[in-house]
Amino acid sequence: MTAVVDPHAAGADPALPKKRSRAWAKFRKNPAAILGGVLVVFFVLVALLAPILPIPGPTETDWAAVRKAPSAAHPFGTDEIGRDVLSRMIWGAQASLLAGVVSVLFAVALGVPLGVLAGYRRGWTDAIISRFTEALLAAPFLILAIALAAFLGPSLTNAMIAIGLSAMPIFIRLARGQTMSVMTEDYVESARAIGVGHLALVRRYILPNIFPPILVQATLTIATAIIAEASLSFLGLGQQPPAPSWGSMLNIAKNFLEQAPWMALYPGIAIFLVVLGFNLLGDGLRDALDPRDT
Amino acid sequence: MLAFLARRLLIAIPTIILISIFVFGMQKLLPGDPVLVMAGEERDPEVIEFLREKYRLNDPIPVQYMTWAGNALQGDLGTSLRTQQPVLELIGEKLPVTLQLALMALVIAMAIGIPAGVISAYKKGTWIDWVANVVALSGLSVPNFWLGIMLILLVSVKLGWLPASGYQPFSEDPLQSIRVMIMPAFVLGTAIAATLMRHTRSAMLSVLKSDYVRTARAKGLREHTVLIKHALRNALVPVVTVTTLIFGELLAGAVLTEQIFTIPGFGKLVVDAVFNRDYAVVQGIVLCTGIAFIFMNILADAAYRVLNPRMRDT
Repeated sequence: MTAVVDPHAAGADPALPKKRSRAWAKFRKNPAAILGGVLVVFFVLVALLAPILPIPGPTETDWAAVRKAPSAAHPFGTDEIGRDVLSRMIWGAQASLLAGVVSVLFAVALGVPLGVLAGYRRGWTDAIISRFTEALLAAPFLILAIALAAFLGPSLTNAMIAIGLSAMPIFIRLARGQTMSVMTEDYVESARAIGVGHLALVRRYILPNIFPPILVQATLTIATAIIAEASLSFLGLGQQPPAPSWGSMLNIAKNFLEQAPWMALYPGIAIFLVVLGFNLLGDGLRDALDPRDT
Repeated sequence: MLAFLARRLLIAIPTIILISIFVFGMQKLLPGDPVLVMAGEERDPEVIEFLREKYRLNDPIPVQYMTWAGNALQGDLGTSLRTQQPVLELIGEKLPVTLQLALMALVIAMAIGIPAGVISAYKKGTWIDWVANVVALSGLSVPNFWLGIMLILLVSVKLGWLPASGYQPFSEDPLQSIRVMIMPAFVLGTAIAATLMRHTRSAMLSVLKSDYVRTARAKGLREHTVLIKHALRNALVPVVTVTTLIFGELLAGAVLTEQIFTIPGFGKLVVDAVFNRDYAVVQGIVLCTGIAFIFMNILADAAYRVLNPRMRDT
């Protein structure tokens, strides 16, 4: 027979704080994860500090300096209408990070409750949600995002909605599987035995325990979402000109490859570094939070 | 096996119905009245009414869906507004171009990804493993459309070795066709090589620890025989399960690659359709890729059962 412990006294999982400090110690020892964290923090700071940095405005044109190579005045050169590439990249970081984070938050906010509901209720609820998830998963991420952005109309907000909706099924599946596995734990059975209500059970015992894998997946999905936003903007379905975004900068730059290669070089490096940062951070978090490796 | 396939196909039916509802629902997301756009600037009430009747827009939405789904089941996915061609015909025309690109990309990806995964697992913890992992992670982090732009800059603009764009049908001039397609295929293949490398590495790591590999080594077999004949053969079994993932990556990657290298394939078709507001084409493409994806999934599961005898009785 399962022993009944007082779940209120025990908390979600009695060993949770200890596990977290162990995970943090493991994370700190992983240089790749730290590098990922540094890259992410760097780009977040750049995006946040854009308004106070001593740079020209991202839409400020200088017709006397059209397609100028990198120099002291314009470290990353200028574009086809004399705008400073560095300034547009710094402001473009806002669009990329915003799109990455907001679309994933949107996917988590919709996907996790649906996944928990499916894993908790099982039966018909699970069958319906699972079929719905499979249908969403059936269209490749970018094709679905392109189609949705096309029907919703091209804008950064609609690109975020499209990316969020396309990323949602990953979180439904993950939350469903994790909930099913947490439901078999002794402390959940004990809590049910002493009559803890459904909502309290989910809030106090299920959500805190499914949080680590969701955090890992969210970090890795931000990387995918940033590339998806850049791809949509590159195709003209994301951020609309003249507002800067790395993807739309590359879209214009491809027409001036011979005359101004710097226009294509730097935005691409920025996308690569920020995506690498989130990938390294996600991999590091996964290794740190993986209980099998302790 | 037949019972397994029948069960999977049966489960696929509600999923396909749901996909069709999504795809049909997309047109309802459109702001404004599509008939007003079609009617032109004069907006003659008679023309508007005629168009409403013609496209059955006066029917209730469930009836509209049933009509649309019924036509789709008979292969009628509508007509392209731009070319006036049936959507299915248009997709059929562009598909071979994308298939050639995808196939070449897959060969490149396998040629890079699988050996890299094997070597990385075999040399686990050494600098070789480290370099392979860094390269794979970089491959996953680099936007492939940017890689394409950079390669055009280097290989076509600076060195003048390969053409930057264009398409030559394989049936007309195979050598020129491969020459034109090799750079886009490489761009598309690198991201997939990274995915393949990571999966092969993790599968090889678990296989290399197994008893039969230890036995093979104890028998005194040569190391490369152990690696290729015993370990890799078994390690490739779980790699089959990522087939659908790779299929998705290939299709999505093709959209961008075809755009950069102006290849007239499936991907360029969807982007052009989006910009020309050719919604029937967009819907047709999402529906076809969705259904193809489901069948790929079933095939991958079936292949996994064939390759892994332990799965056959489940």
